[in-house]
Amino acid sequence: MIATSELAIETESLRKVFGSQVAVRDLSLRVPRGEIFGFLGPNGAGKSTSIKMLLGLVRPTSGKALVLGQPANDVETRRAIGFLPEDFRFYDWLTAEELLRFHGHMCGMSGSRLHERVPAVLDLVGMTPHAGRRVRGFSKGMLQRIGLAQALVHEPDLIFLDEPTSGLDPMGRRMVRDILRGERDRGATVFLNSHLLSEIEVTCDRVVFIKEGSVVATRDLHAQGDGDVRVSVEAHGVTEAMVAGLAQWASDVIRAEGTLSFTVRAHDALPKIVRYLAAAGAEMYRVTPERTSLEDLFVELVGEDRGL
Amino acid sequence: MNGVLTMAGITLREAARRRILWTALAAGTVLLIVFAVALKLQVMEFASRPMSPFLRYQVENGMLMVGLYTCDLLAVVMTILTSIDTLAGEISSGTIHAIATKPVARWEILTGKFLGFTCMVAAFVGITFAGTVAVAYFTTGVFPEHVLRGFALIVLECELMLAMTFALGTWFSTLTVGVLALGLQGLAFMGGWLEQVSGFSQSVHIVTLGVASSVIIPSESLWRRAAFEMQTPLAGSLSFSPFANVSIPSGAAVGYAFAYLCVTLAVAIWHFRERDL
Repeated sequence: MIATSELAIETESLRKVFGSQVAVRDLSLRVPRGEIFGFLGPNGAGKSTSIKMLLGLVRPTSGKALVLGQPANDVETRRAIGFLPEDFRFYDWLTAEELLRFHGHMCGMSGSRLHERVPAVLDLVGMTPHAGRRVRGFSKGMLQRIGLAQALVHEPDLIFLDEPTSGLDPMGRRMVRDILRGERDRGATVFLNSHLLSEIEVTCDRVVFIKEGSVVATRDLHAQGDGDVRVSVEAHGVTEAMVAGLAQWASDVIRAEGTLSFTVRAHDALPKIVRYLAAAGAEMYRVTPERTSLEDLFVELVGEDRGL
Repeated sequence: MNGVLTMAGITLREAARRRILWTALAAGTVLLIVFAVALKLQVMEFASRPMSPFLRYQVENGMLMVGLYTCDLLAVVMTILTSIDTLAGEISSGTIHAIATKPVARWEILTGKFLGFTCMVAAFVGITFAGTVAVAYFTTGVFPEHVLRGFALIVLECELMLAMTFALGTWFSTLTVGVLALGLQGLAFMGGWLEQVSGFSQSVHIVTLGVASSVIIPSESLWRRAAFEMQTPLAGSLSFSPFANVSIPSGAAVGYAFAYLCVTLAVAIWHFRERDL
């Protein structure tokens, strides 16, 4: 159990109803500090409304939400929060540098700190060559970059990113991934909403799946050996006796020409199996644990596309 | 307070970039030129025939009021058109999300925007008003009676409509705000004329209708008070004009308009603070 003081976000039975429509049914979340936390769910699951409640943009109908230990609508706490909206838009007549200065001023940054931070964060998002250009002429990818920069300019402790890689090319996505890891290493918590599950898989420490406004599952993406793992082995010389002997660690064993596959309950059973097969005389060329991808897990937990 | 000033600064810069502001200033300049030419022609015409200086001054003062009334109309329309999407537009586009998640209370955002527009409106009225007065003074020697009171009342009229567009902007879309704000100004305009007509027709019902319109939206009554303050009594006695001293809004009416502005702004702040963004 994580102590409340170690939580960046804590919600309890958070609920939002718009008229007769329930946007968020019952959201209970615990986000530890210093992690990159993925917030996943299908369209219409209530992700954006949940983020807006955590940022004080939308009032919850009921329930409790604490952000950095304070109520979600606390104005002062926002000094330590950065936010990149899904579709970042701002006064397009400002230059990139002016935009960052404005957001820094709003966060109460001093002139000297802005002088130091604005060029640094422009460089971080690869926008230094465009510092003096007006936002009006920016592509979608450039807007995402400058939007990310405004969310980071004041070095927040908690960063909310809503689809941060939307509109970015592969290099841009890689840049975002590196920035997020850098922020986590600095000690910041990142709350990430993205539809790109492959990005989430390689970036996040932990993910939560929500469906119809409620949490349906949480996964620690660094945890090894939790749950069944299907393993495939490319090997020659596997006998029926060897297959029978595998039963002490594995189930659903299937032997075919040159291959063997089975399911193990725990990841740490694999070295024992490899030693057993080698000692019994099997010649192994490859052993591959087939982890369930986040995408498979998403489909399994959330269900098929509802066309929303 | 940092939030208010930062928002005021960016709003002023944003307002200054609006094409409508510069179009209105260009229109004001054209109207000023037309006004100057008309005044000059009038002066030449008066010089060609014998006329008492007193009567001449009264007529020229009346012409000055025409120029100032034009400034007033232009300022009110410019105020409405530049401010209708400052809240409604930013809410619908999502621009407000990047601002309202900063460590700044929503009342500071709204107050800062209002302050920024106030500076722009005061500057616009100041330029067009001073230009009109200067043209009249240097062409005819006529100067308004209580010029600062008149200026303050016209600015107050614009501020009242500004508060109205802000309040409407927390509820409705840009287009709806524009239609409602211009519709309300139209009602105020008609109410003012109905009160003037009442002096001509002596109809109690028309007076009631005119007063009711001014209660619903008292912007035009501020212009009529400004006209009363700035013109000579004789010029004001011309009974069928937007400047006639037929139905002069009292000090209490000005106080009501000021209270109306404050309440409207308070409602805007309250609703902007309470609503979901």
